[in-house]
Amino acid sequence: MNITIVDYNSGNIRSVVNSFKEVAQNKVNIEVTSDLKKIKSSDKVILPGQGSFKSCVDALNNISGLVDTLNEFTITNKKSLFGICVGLQMFADVGYEETETKGLGWISGKVSKIDNQNGKYKLPHIGWNQINIVKESKIFQNIENNSHMYFVHSYEFIPKDKNVISATTDYSSNIVCSVEKENIFGTQFHPEKSDKMGLKIINNFINL
Amino acid sequence: MLKNRIIPCLDVKNGRVVKGINFVDLKDAGDPVEQAKIYSDGGADEICFLDITASNENRDIIYDVIEKTSKKCFVPLTVGGGIRSVEDIKKLLNCGADKVSINTAAVENSKVVIDSAKKFGSQCIVVAIDAKKNGDKWEVFTHGGRNNSGIDALEYAKQMEENGAGELLVTSMDRDGTQVGYDIDLMSKISTKINIPVIASGGVGNLDHLVDGIQSGKASAVLAASIFHYGKYSVKEAKEYLDSKGIPVRI
Repeated sequence: MNITIVDYNSGNIRSVVNSFKEVAQNKVNIEVTSDLKKIKSSDKVILPGQGSFKSCVDALNNISGLVDTLNEFTITNKKSLFGICVGLQMFADVGYEETETKGLGWISGKVSKIDNQNGKYKLPHIGWNQINIVKESKIFQNIENNSHMYFVHSYEFIPKDKNVISATTDYSSNIVCSVEKENIFGTQFHPEKSDKMGLKIINNFINL
Repeated sequence: MLKNRIIPCLDVKNGRVVKGINFVDLKDAGDPVEQAKIYSDGGADEICFLDITASNENRDIIYDVIEKTSKKCFVPLTVGGGIRSVEDIKKLLNCGADKVSINTAAVENSKVVIDSAKKFGSQCIVVAIDAKKNGDKWEVFTHGGRNNSGIDALEYAKQMEENGAGELLVTSMDRDGTQVGYDIDLMSKISTKINIPVIASGGVGNLDHLVDGIQSGKASAVLAASIFHYGKYSVKEAKEYLDSKGIPVRI
């Protein structure tokens, strides 16, 4: 099996690469590239993302043909894709970080700033928080409810269709922290930095 | 619920741990990778490396250390010490650091924080503030505590938040190494003034100090070095103690 981690200059993806390689060992081939041909021919794709919504969308658009290739991979060919952090946020129609920016539009909804309730909650939401699994998701196999995951973000994805939500976390309100829609998976938290439980989620995705 | 974090810090010099866990059964007590692994297996919420390498020719060793550690530790890894430029930050992140902690460079050139936060995201930019009390205020020191910038620490904290820092690592120089507890007044004043998380540092001698740092100092995370290094307490014991005092921790 070939899994591609999309390298589109979205910030630091080294930890994502390390964690997938650790889990995959020699069973699965992990490629780190923005080469469109390689993405097209892979079995699964990882879409990481750090920095702002706008900077990640801009970085995707900066690589000619990348968005079309990802659309074809995910929407037309229905192959499995896993978005992490801003990688998940970009599934939305629109994001409001820095300025209003169009997303990939794969899961209808918007990305807006977490309500800090007049400074009661610090932002970014940094650290370990528990996830509340609200629907069975293939990537949560053998993951106990209320497991701790590592978060770093100030913006949240608010999908229109609540049925796509697979887990939430409690910070200021119930924040969507994981989605699953057919072949599209995403986590707001960082499985690559979430210790053994995070590696288990990565393993579940590899084994889909 | 978001948990308060416990962050052990390791001092690394020329690629070797100089202040670290002093267990007899360690194969190589000076190996940063092995020590980081012990901490992360023991439940550390993050690992912090402080590179105190003095000579320029040995500076590059830290990149190799980070690279090896990040392949073994799957909790966030912060690296500080000697960071001068956006280029330095890029190199550390490319090696596998998840965050960098910037001290002197943040005081001398505010563009380093502004530009790196824009380029890499605030989530990986920690500004380290070494503060020392002078009368009824605190002043920011640079160069490992040798130079007094004269800048007011509270004003500076606010400025760094505006510049794009994701977190502040606040060390009381008056308390550092004394083991009498954090400077609670400093921690709570900064934490109340800004809306990004504060990591308290400097002065921990026992587990009650960690409790005070969070409850009275209002810190989101507590950093400690010596109480963990010499086997006085394990990270697990620290977490169980915090838990018994009603502080939310990841266990």
